Amino acid sequence: MATEAMSVEKTQARLMIALLLAPAVVWLALLLVLPHVELAILSLRVRVAPRVYEPSLAQFATFFGEPLYWHTFVRTAVMSIVSTAITLLVAFPMAWTIAKIARGRMQSALLVLCLIPFWVSETVRALGWMILLRESGVLPGVLMALGITDMPVEMLYHDATILVGLVYTSMLFMVVPLVSALESLDDALIEAAYDLGGNGWSILRQIIIPHAAPGIVSGCIVVFMLTLGNYLTPTLLGGKSSQWFTEQIYTQFITRFNWEQGAAFGFLLLGLSTAIVWVGLKLSGQKFGEVMRKS
Amino acid sequence: MTQAPHTDTAATDLQALGVSKHYGAFAAVADLSFSVARGSFFSILGPSGCGKTTLLRMIAGFQSPDHGDILIGGKSMQGVLPNKRPVNMVFQHLALFPMMSVGENVGYGLARRGVAASEIKRRVGEMLERVSLPGAQAKRIDQLSGGQKQRVAIARSLVLEPTLLLLDEPLGALDLKLRQHMKIELKQLQAAFGTTFVYITHDQSEALVMSDHVAVMHQGKFEQVGTPQQLYYQPQTPFVAGFVGANNCLQGRATAVDHKNITLVTQGGMELRAVAMGPVRVGDAVEAFVRPEVARISRQAQTFSDQGHSAYGGKVESILFDGANSAVLLREETTQLEFRIALPQTGQFHDLAVGEQVHFGFDPQRAVCFATGDRATTHGH
Repeated sequence: MATEAMSVEKTQARLMIALLLAPAVVWLALLLVLPHVELAILSLRVRVAPRVYEPSLAQFATFFGEPLYWHTFVRTAVMSIVSTAITLLVAFPMAWTIAKIARGRMQSALLVLCLIPFWVSETVRALGWMILLRESGVLPGVLMALGITDMPVEMLYHDATILVGLVYTSMLFMVVPLVSALESLDDALIEAAYDLGGNGWSILRQIIIPHAAPGIVSGCIVVFMLTLGNYLTPTLLGGKSSQWFTEQIYTQFITRFNWEQGAAFGFLLLGLSTAIVWVGLKLSGQKFGEVMRKS
Repeated sequence: MTQAPHTDTAATDLQALGVSKHYGAFAAVADLSFSVARGSFFSILGPSGCGKTTLLRMIAGFQSPDHGDILIGGKSMQGVLPNKRPVNMVFQHLALFPMMSVGENVGYGLARRGVAASEIKRRVGEMLERVSLPGAQAKRIDQLSGGQKQRVAIARSLVLEPTLLLLDEPLGALDLKLRQHMKIELKQLQAAFGTTFVYITHDQSEALVMSDHVAVMHQGKFEQVGTPQQLYYQPQTPFVAGFVGANNCLQGRATAVDHKNITLVTQGGMELRAVAMGPVRVGDAVEAFVRPEVARISRQAQTFSDQGHSAYGGKVESILFDGANSAVLLREETTQLEFRIALPQTGQFHDLAVGEQVHFGFDPQRAVCFATGDRATTHGH
């Protein structure tokens, strides 16, 4: 009797878990797995005649054969890494201030300040930068009025502009995991290190960074992926010279209507981000599961 | 304040000269002067909020005094940063570096001083042997037991051969058994190394067991500095009498003064005698303290009158059995005052029952009394 009741209970529990997981499973299957299977099939075929396709690696061969494509590919990767590094450097002191220096209401106020830019859409934020930086915009005007430049300077469409926009867009995603990583650091550890003869730099290197490593890595992964896959900010702030790989994908799908090529590019980008994240984890000695759990 | 342990600077490792620290209007540490002899185990004992942590942090250099100066090894520490002081600290929760191995923890300070790697290895090995953790270099911190962590924390500080080792209630987080054990171990370590230890705690038993000298701190001031025996047997202030060890406190007015021997009568009319600590005049409001082990119980009142001590009657209210520390709570019959008396180890009162009428008394020479500063205008009672 008892075992029967228990087995009924177990079945119920299992059903409950299945029901709770259902939305996530449907979400993943419909929006992630299915499209990727379709894209994988697309990327591995070539059109030989109208409505006639053959399995082939031609799409990937095009990528390696055409320097523009893989130049853009490498450039996107390098720019994303640089942008992630800058974001980390800028966000770290901010996170330190929020986690260790600010107290009470100040602490939450500072976090809200980091969040406020996200109340408007990315498009509006990028347009804001354009208003500030374009040749007839605010900043060139100020520089001219101050006599620093003789004529308005075009500040848009440089690599630096793209980086500024990207760092600005991803700041929050770096600050939040860093704050939670730094908050869990016991102040006594810093005092103990200081007491034993450590100085600011050695404490940062030997105590703070090792402690915050999971937070740093998880922030970097999120920011890197967001940056690599960003379309709007590089396009708006970099214009024609942005050469972002997502633009190539967009062009293939929308302008050229070459879905096969676009799908192949999509997979290449996925491979690239996976590879770089993997290398990053190896270099920092962190484990993906642990990093994601701690952030 | 009573005399400091030693006053000549040659043999003092720590000296405080009029040190004060205020937080707004609140004086955490108020004009404190004391010195600690080289190689001694000095404890600062006080309830939480008495300013002992602030004092310790000022010695370590994490806070600076508003007034006064702290001398370590005879040198003024004004403007000397914590990482430049010849002082190391064992933190309350030890603050071992979880990202480093045991060996790296112990070697951290040496590495920061730029000692060569081979030398660090040798000295870390030696130090771990001295704290009975030989070969533990490669262990992770979370692999250690509470007592082992304690030893690593001490080794990490002592390997730097500081003039002074500060300990901020490091035994607080341990369970009772281990704490008893670590008390003895800490005392032995201190004796073996000969380093001056300054230990802060709110646990009087820790302070009494380990220290050569104890300062009882209250509201930013030292109430009394002395050996554990002095604090226990000759408390100089009512606070010390009440804080160090268990004590029965009786309030009343002095009715007769014969040199140091005071007779006092409590509000309820209980008359008792005690030895005055400090000046007491007839009519002063006084507080008398009788230790539970000073008082005795008996089934015959005659036991006390034979020795010339007063006998009191009381009813057993509860029996507090705690092995060797067993005691009985009595209620005195005329005043209804509660009285705690230690039970003798002879087993003589094993049949004592709650509600039983017994007699009790104590040697007046072993009871102390203090004037509380409130002088009577009328001679009552």
